[in-house]
Amino acid sequence: MQEKLESLCERVQRASDVGDLQAATEQLRDYYDVAHIVYHWVNSVGERFGAGTYSQEWVDRYVEKDYLRMDPVILGCLQRFNPVDWKELDWSSRASRDFLREAINFGVGNQGLTIPIRGPAGQFALFTASDHCDDYVWAVFVDENMRDLMIIAHEFNKKALEFEQGGDSAPVPTLSPRELEAMTYLAKGLSRSQAAKEMEISEHTLRVYIEAARHKLGAMNTTHAVARALSRGLIVV
Amino acid sequence: MLRYVYGNNLDRYPTLRDTMFLDRAEQFSRRLGWEVSVNSQGEERDQYDVLNPLYVIWELEDGSHGGSMRFLPTTGRTMINEHFSHLTDGVLIQSPLIWECTRFCISPRADRRAAAALVLGGGELMDNFHLSHFCGVFDPRMERIYRLYHVDPDVIGSAGEGKDRIGVGLWEMKPEAWAPTLRRLGIDRRTSIGWFNRSFNRTTPTEMPLAAIA
Repeated sequence: MQEKLESLCERVQRASDVGDLQAATEQLRDYYDVAHIVYHWVNSVGERFGAGTYSQEWVDRYVEKDYLRMDPVILGCLQRFNPVDWKELDWSSRASRDFLREAINFGVGNQGLTIPIRGPAGQFALFTASDHCDDYVWAVFVDENMRDLMIIAHEFNKKALEFEQGGDSAPVPTLSPRELEAMTYLAKGLSRSQAAKEMEISEHTLRVYIEAARHKLGAMNTTHAVARALSRGLIVV
Repeated sequence: MLRYVYGNNLDRYPTLRDTMFLDRAEQFSRRLGWEVSVNSQGEERDQYDVLNPLYVIWELEDGSHGGSMRFLPTTGRTMINEHFSHLTDGVLIQSPLIWECTRFCISPRADRRAAAALVLGGGELMDNFHLSHFCGVFDPRMERIYRLYHVDPDVIGSAGEGKDRIGVGLWEMKPEAWAPTLRRLGIDRRTSIGWFNRSFNRTTPTEMPLAAIA
């Protein structure tokens, strides 16, 4: 399963336009077996675009009614950066309850997890998974997948930033000498404690270097990060 | 109690807000002698306070500030990456799983529970939001206090001399840190989760009736 997720993550990184991101949301929806996956981006000058699996009917309805102005998910997540379960949002007004009922009728789902993303220079985005299920099933899903979803959400966002900058191909990430050193030791099969000893740093610091490298390499986990560093020729063993 | 408050919601707690910024001036400007700016109201605020950070605040019985710290995601603007990257061995610390923690502050009015409460708050953030680490800038003179509460940072780098010395460190919540932290605070984990849920508008799950389990 994890391998499948890694290849989905790589598909996001290979995306060359919004259409590819759209396809990636559909694949992720199928992978997680949830109702929807949606990525919604707003850049530093307020321009928006989205990719996601909501039905065209719901998107049209949403635009027609200008729900963006009152959607509790949007309003509630704009000011935060922690992952937000929709149940934590303010649904107290009549209008927001009506909106939720309508969204459920349009197949959005009664459960949702939204990951707000803060990028550089005021850019932000929301990445959402939603589904139809009871609270318990949803809580289990969130607990099992929150971290992977946070990682994937940021891969979508890296792509969106790249599109905004008009880059024609994904820049090859550059790792600092210390990150390269850490990845090389891991690739050679050293344990974290052995690698930390070689580098004369604490294991804790090493783990942060590895995490920073993982993020730069767009990998789902450490093993994946090592594989990517090798395949991109960043490290040689 | 512990409150987790985003910057845009600080106005809901005016006493807590005002005493926090005053205590920060007391600690960082007067006590530690950092070159921070203190406004005409005597409050210490900086450019990161306007980025809508998440504050974890220990509230005293009288509603005033007992201690606090400030969090920002490292995928956005952070103090470390903007000002102290020369102290991190050249590694740009960015990851959705790492948040920056700065302005760890203890009020002179608070007792020893304040530091334990902040440690606990950090642990709850890590646990509930599936984070792996916090990184932050700290004054090495605070290290003794951190050690006292079993949250001594791993120092990645430091620079400067005497009172100008500054360190960049990493924190994590080790599994074994929970029990002594809760004990020092005199509460159980349930109470801590209750505070957390209250701040994040989460419902605390009710115990399932025995009849429903059997």
